[in-house]
Amino acid sequence: MAHDDIIKAVIASAGTAGAERKRLLQYLCEIQQRLSFIPGDAITQLATLLRMPESEIRGVIGFYSFLHEHARGDYDILLSDSITDHLLGSRILLQQLCNRLGVEPGVPRADGRVTVDTTSCTGICDQGPAMLVNGRVVSRLSDSRIDHICTLIEAGTGVAQWPAGFFLVADNIRRRDLLLSDETANASPDGSALRALLETGGDAMLDAIENSGLRGRGGAGFRTAMKWRFCKQADSDTRYVVCNADEGEPGTFKDRVLLNSYADSVFEGMTLCAGVIGARRGYLYLRGEYRYLLEPLERVLQQRRENGLLGQNILGKDGFDFDIEVHLGAGAYICGEESSLIESLEGKRGIPRNRPPFPVTCGYLNQPTVVNNVETFMAAARIAALGASWFCRAGTMESTGTKLLSISGDCERPGIYEYPFGVSIKQVLEDCGAANTQAVQIAGAAGTTLPVADAERCLAFEDVSTGGSFMVFNTDRRLLDMVQNFAHFFVHESCGFCTPCRVGGSLLKDLLDKLANGHATQYDVAEMKQIGALMKQASLCGLGTTAPNPVLDLLERFPQLVEDRLAHSGYEPAFDLDAALQDARDITGRDDAGAHIRSET
Amino acid sequence: MSASSTFRLDGIAVEFSDGDTIMDAALRAGVYIPHLCHNPEFTPHGSCRVCLVEVNGRQVSACTQPAAAGLEVDNSSEAIVEERRNLLQMLFVEGNHVCPGCEKSGACQLQAVAYYTGMLSPHYTHFFPRRSVDASHQDTAIDFNRCILCELCVRASRDIDHKNVFSISGRGIGSHLVINSHSGKLGDSAFAATDKAAHVCPVGAILPKHCGYEQPIGERLYDRLPISIVGDVGTHESGDRGDEHDG
Repeated sequence: MAHDDIIKAVIASAGTAGAERKRLLQYLCEIQQRLSFIPGDAITQLATLLRMPESEIRGVIGFYSFLHEHARGDYDILLSDSITDHLLGSRILLQQLCNRLGVEPGVPRADGRVTVDTTSCTGICDQGPAMLVNGRVVSRLSDSRIDHICTLIEAGTGVAQWPAGFFLVADNIRRRDLLLSDETANASPDGSALRALLETGGDAMLDAIENSGLRGRGGAGFRTAMKWRFCKQADSDTRYVVCNADEGEPGTFKDRVLLNSYADSVFEGMTLCAGVIGARRGYLYLRGEYRYLLEPLERVLQQRRENGLLGQNILGKDGFDFDIEVHLGAGAYICGEESSLIESLEGKRGIPRNRPPFPVTCGYLNQPTVVNNVETFMAAARIAALGASWFCRAGTMESTGTKLLSISGDCERPGIYEYPFGVSIKQVLEDCGAANTQAVQIAGAAGTTLPVADAERCLAFEDVSTGGSFMVFNTDRRLLDMVQNFAHFFVHESCGFCTPCRVGGSLLKDLLDKLANGHATQYDVAEMKQIGALMKQASLCGLGTTAPNPVLDLLERFPQLVEDRLAHSGYEPAFDLDAALQDARDITGRDDAGAHIRSET
Repeated sequence: MSASSTFRLDGIAVEFSDGDTIMDAALRAGVYIPHLCHNPEFTPHGSCRVCLVEVNGRQVSACTQPAAAGLEVDNSSEAIVEERRNLLQMLFVEGNHVCPGCEKSGACQLQAVAYYTGMLSPHYTHFFPRRSVDASHQDTAIDFNRCILCELCVRASRDIDHKNVFSISGRGIGSHLVINSHSGKLGDSAFAATDKAAHVCPVGAILPKHCGYEQPIGERLYDRLPISIVGDVGTHESGDRGDEHDG
């Protein structure tokens, strides 16, 4: 198909009467998927159809990691660059892949066959190292699997013909409690939450959710009933329900499992919310890394429509109309932040909004919008069917119910663990088979680093709060590697809108690299603390205010690790004489000893 | 106006109307809150963070925070001033701001706010990014080395000129201003020197051609009085619009 036809087909496949600006990102994702890039004529054509400037479309492409203006080739490979992939040897595999294929990371091969690059955590941490090839997940990479992949690529075998075993992603549910138990599933079949809603009415249902004490499972812990009530009370005829399935926090993969095996309950929770607040339209924002779940999710939606659980007059109730559409992300961690997610749903760059107004009064298309996490919607559906007291059986006073943990890193049994809130870190470490633990990283890169001495602490909103990421590091690991990985991650994922996060994050990363290289002094440590504090105070959104956490935790809780890496001189320049000669070496093609300046250490 | 529609800015009562931000009320009351990306003619942006104030223990950008009765706003404590200074230093090291050689020196808002907050050096390690200069337009040049991503030109071209000449592309530290033309050059865009977008840049990124270094030292915008009294570059630029093109 010529480019023109593909673009027409992409717009037609959206099933709308005409091209819509709010679908721009969806069009771009589809063109990228089909062509491995977004050609200039596609941009021109979209600009005409959508009546928007070309530069704005280029700005959207430039924002999302998975969109490109230059061809990536027949195989676009992205190795997951999460610290948990590193622990499993991903960097050696990346080198192996590049050597075998004769490519540099990020540079398409001259014959247009393949590009190999890295990407932020793909959410396959319990069965990594992982990679994406043309948007599909390959798990459990090994020497032999990499060799096999290289052979398939050189032979030109289409990804659809690769061994099915490459693409297997297991749920790995290791511990079930309230939400995931078979008993719960049997007691709350599909539609039961909606039937309960029709029986009790929206106000009583809202009271039930309130009595359950349910709080947002993404990590922030905002009370779900309060959010729904604010949205319901907001003055408007149109409301939206949005499910945040942009599970980008490094080390989190529980939403992947819920969407794979419990999608019905998630959609039921969204429909419940729609019934309570009076929304007719919902969106599930699925991170691009989970594109492989798109078709299965659409099949579940279709099944629900056929079962009368979605669409017009749900369960025969006149005027209970609600439908859900899945929208794709394209490689941007910031879109997990709710206002960025809304911008992205509207087809724009995922820049956080200034608040107030909050999404509950002014969200998607400036209408009142509830944005909740995947797990929150599922819990809400269960509460609706089984009652608030059922939910309050587990957890603590402040944190009722259970929490799904995504456990990865140095342990024998990585996977999904459902625990009542209030469980101790020690208990979790024992259950997942962690030995010689040095530290745990809780709530992902944006979370908190705890030495094993703090393992008596509990996972709950009132103690250690978490969206579910739980990464274990044993005593053989260099914790500084983890912090460095996170600092680089935040520089890559900062949206760039506000000064402290954009510039401060880069300064912090450079200072941390200086520390890792053994060139940092006490002065640099003080600098890191000052920059970190400024980022926490002055950044616009949660990304910027949490980005310095790993560095600040390292400095505060692991002073000996820092001390061991310090250069004990009064001053060490940031300027690296040898590195400054790199351009000259590149130009002259020299790399001999005479072309280097070795600093005295 | 009733007593209930006032808040306290550094202990002094400031009146506000419904819908005002802290910045709106402060500007009207003649109290200076340092800022770069804010210009009252445009929708508040909140990106530079230089207008940070502390409100009831929390730091917020004055240009986006709605005023509310009874707020206690700190606009001048040493802690706040130091944070602003650090943010300015970050902007200085992010781009290539060579004041001694810059035509805008002395009439530059970034420089003037830096003086106002007592910034004596850029402090942080310079990034020395490689950025280009676009001299393709017959009347106006863009020096991307000096762009601080305030998006005032983006907003002016979109909201007032209705031309959408500018956008932002990239992400994070790679964010950059782009121009809406097939070549990406200003000369091939719909931009004109009479556009509002040509007169809102707070730094020396968008400059008129054919008229370099016209004002001698001592007579430039901020040479004699600080920005807290002189006001923004934008207010003076718009006043000069007609004159400039006669000359």
